[in-house]
Amino acid sequence: MLSFSLIFLAALFFTGVINRTKSILSGRKGPGIFQPIKDIIRLFKKGAVYSKTTSSIFQIAPTIYFSSVIIAMLVVPFGQSKGFISFNGDFIFFAYVLALGKFFSIIAAMDTGSSFEGMGASREALYSMFAEPAFFILLGSMALLTGQTSFQEIFASLHLGSPVSYALAVLAAFVLGMIMMIENSRMPIDDPKTHLELTMIHEVMILDNSGFDLGLILSAGLLKFSIFGALIVNLFIGMFPYEYTIPMFFAIQILAAIITGTIESFMARFRMSHNAQFIFALTSVSLLIFFGVLMLLGKFV
Amino acid sequence: MTFVVIFILICITGVLLIPFLTVRKKGIIAFTLVLLNSLISGYLSIQSLTGHEFSYILPGNVITGQIPIRIDALSGWFILIINVVFITGGWYGLFYMNAYQDQRKKVSLHAISFIMLYTAIVSMMTIQNSVGFLIAWEVMMFSAFLCVTFEHEKEITLRAGINYLIQSHISVVFLVVGFLWVFFKTGSYDFQAITTFSASLTGSVALFLFMIFFVGFAIKSGFVPFHTWLPYAHPAAPAHISGIMSGVLIKCGIYGILRMLLLIKADFTSIGYMILTISLISGLYGVMLAIVQHDLKKLLAYHSVENIGIIGIGIGIGCIGLGAGNLVIVSLGFAGALLHTANHALFKSLLFYTSGMVYQATHTLNIDHLGGLIKKMPQTTFLFLTAAVAISGIPPFNGFISEFILYTGLYQLLLSATLHPLIFILFLILGLVLTGGLAMLCFTKAFGIIFLGTARKEFQHEVKEGPFLQILPLYFIAFFILFIGVYPKLFLDILQKPIELFTGIPGVANKILQGETFGVLTPISIAVLGLIVLTVMIFLLRRWVLRKQMIAVGSTWGCGYTAPTAKLQYTAGSFVRSYVKLNRPTLLFSKKEKGVIGVFPAESNYESHAHDELEKWLVDKPVKAFKSFLKRFLFIQNGSLQSYILYGVLFILGVIFFPMIFDAISWSIDFLKRL
Repeated sequence: MLSFSLIFLAALFFTGVINRTKSILSGRKGPGIFQPIKDIIRLFKKGAVYSKTTSSIFQIAPTIYFSSVIIAMLVVPFGQSKGFISFNGDFIFFAYVLALGKFFSIIAAMDTGSSFEGMGASREALYSMFAEPAFFILLGSMALLTGQTSFQEIFASLHLGSPVSYALAVLAAFVLGMIMMIENSRMPIDDPKTHLELTMIHEVMILDNSGFDLGLILSAGLLKFSIFGALIVNLFIGMFPYEYTIPMFFAIQILAAIITGTIESFMARFRMSHNAQFIFALTSVSLLIFFGVLMLLGKFV
Repeated sequence: MTFVVIFILICITGVLLIPFLTVRKKGIIAFTLVLLNSLISGYLSIQSLTGHEFSYILPGNVITGQIPIRIDALSGWFILIINVVFITGGWYGLFYMNAYQDQRKKVSLHAISFIMLYTAIVSMMTIQNSVGFLIAWEVMMFSAFLCVTFEHEKEITLRAGINYLIQSHISVVFLVVGFLWVFFKTGSYDFQAITTFSASLTGSVALFLFMIFFVGFAIKSGFVPFHTWLPYAHPAAPAHISGIMSGVLIKCGIYGILRMLLLIKADFTSIGYMILTISLISGLYGVMLAIVQHDLKKLLAYHSVENIGIIGIGIGIGCIGLGAGNLVIVSLGFAGALLHTANHALFKSLLFYTSGMVYQATHTLNIDHLGGLIKKMPQTTFLFLTAAVAISGIPPFNGFISEFILYTGLYQLLLSATLHPLIFILFLILGLVLTGGLAMLCFTKAFGIIFLGTARKEFQHEVKEGPFLQILPLYFIAFFILFIGVYPKLFLDILQKPIELFTGIPGVANKILQGETFGVLTPISIAVLGLIVLTVMIFLLRRWVLRKQMIAVGSTWGCGYTAPTAKLQYTAGSFVRSYVKLNRPTLLFSKKEKGVIGVFPAESNYESHAHDELEKWLVDKPVKAFKSFLKRFLFIQNGSLQSYILYGVLFILGVIFFPMIFDAISWSIDFLKRL
């Protein structure tokens, strides 16, 4: 329950902080950090426009997308305290329940019959497929390191002692961070602020959503950010008591948001045609972690 | 005893009765008899799964010896799967065949071969004697051939059928060699002889014996590189037969492999690694090719290859567990494999049945000609969607449960392995994850293009949903798909007995599947239920919020362009284009293009087909080489009657003179020796 509320709280400001960072770095004052939440609340109060091509799939998909993210959020632990749902192999469930949301957002995009949205859907399906191996190997190597197979047990027994393990934790944070970018369609995979449909991924998929549905999709996006942020936090807080970990949680989340904002301010998006290779290359970083774990365990002879 | 007699009598009654009935009744009788028989076999299977094995010894004859018939837990599990698929398929088939009412003879043959197919498969699962097994196997294959070639007036169907028949017989060759080897060494056709024989062999020879059987059964189940018959046979058959073939027939191969694992005592670790390697390749290769298919049934057929690979991964994990004596891994591996067998039978048959509905409504299965069917056929659409989500291994459906068990098995294996296996297992995890992701890409494509958007092609006839009674059995399957996904515990309870056959220790599976090591299915049930409840709640909330809001209907955003046509939509080809570009080296494409040329371009077109690279190298090229070799002997078959009479005369002369010449030679050798 603790992790649930913390993730929820972090979601309130995460995207706001990113936007604020970006505006400050580009010399603007920028909106307040709660502006994204205000936008969503406004959307919840609005009516909707549906395309006449769409069907019931389009109506139900945002709901399923949102609830899949909520369920995924329930799995994430916080240090010593378990997530709402915790069992051996819960990270598999975590990845697959997010896949459910993706499945529906992809088919909802295809439901509009627009080739723009079809393009976005195609990219989303391909990229999320390539991102998954990195996640599974990362968790696999952490399972190997700790001898546990659930999120909470893995994180709780992750002792950071030797310099190698710190290096591994940093690498793991990098991998999770990149998966966060892919999942949320941010730089350097996707540019949320682009104005050309042809170069969008996530944005183009939700072109025809409006009102309540769009609100659900956007709030799921906010939550996804802080879910992955929470996973990164979990890498470092294993043994500490709550007095330290809760402030650390917010500090790391804000830091992650600022880094994201900075990256978005100074980097351009990767070439779309090279995105797949780039994402799959993330798997090799995971492999690096895996071999690092093997080294720590002394399995290399 | 009575059960066996009744079972066979019912089959014979059907075969004799059907030719004399009216067309409508043929189907109904065939279905009823299969239903009766499945009640008998289902009852016995449930008995065996609760611990009361059924066994009976047929007297047999001089050649075969006694034929033991036994339904143990493994057979029981498979028979239950078979029954579900056959009953739903039979019911669905009744309506599917309505379109062919005027072809009396063909329907007769089809109904008879349907009953024969069912009887043969169930017999095969129960007979514990190799001659009896091979006879059942042969009857199964031949009746399946007859079922597949229902529309035998189409050349492509007949070709596919014959292709299937030949490749299946290659599998028979391997099985016969294996069984005869055992027979010559032990003098018995009984399955128990295989166990005693393999126990007397040294490691590598026993492994070789297993390999012979494995290849035989792998051809049947469609492991890469023995998969090449599948993508032809499945699309050629009527929809209910495709569903049965994919749901049941290829599982017979899996059954055979599992049975041999129980019988042959060999080095399980090496077997495990071998099966895992083949399965990983099958899984990835199957889905990689499935994505680029434009024919819906062919796409589904390649997906069967993928799912056989996933089942194989389970079997492989189990074998490695057996080799290492780790019962947790044994249980997880075989539980995953057996459950995925059932799951695949369910969702794949549902996919084939729904694709049959699409075919009957539109008369095409080319994905790029379809579109927007959700508005015309909402029920079919939702059934297809259920199966598509399930096959991608996504909760809340059954595919996730079996894949979850397999992942758990792999991670358990990871925790207990040393360096070299570790790296291998890492590749397995990588492969399984990619398989899941690719399946999602494939089914979002298939579902999105076929059912969503607007129609890509205008049809002359009305496109509408089939009769409700035809769809009814599909709901039954969909219910099971959801039920296993939400409450897997029940099915894992049933699976305990089959798994005990592999672990050899009663009660151990119970501990592992429900106990503390793996008591996770309850939380999964809760999480999955939570997901469903949450979705419903949010959806209701959404309706409540939107009830007073203004809901407008407009056209899809077209970048300011307001007159979009169906042609502007994304196609199946464009949806997977970036994937195809990435996989160019492994896929084989042929293109036919007539570009737009000149100021006043004339007609232009573009066509692309994906081919199977392995098929080209393993089947097409060798067959071509073999044919060109045989062509050298074409002068013998020259068509002139005189030559043929001459061959006959030469043959008779040979038969007469050969012993004489032989005698003469042996006499002269004797003579030389005496000198």
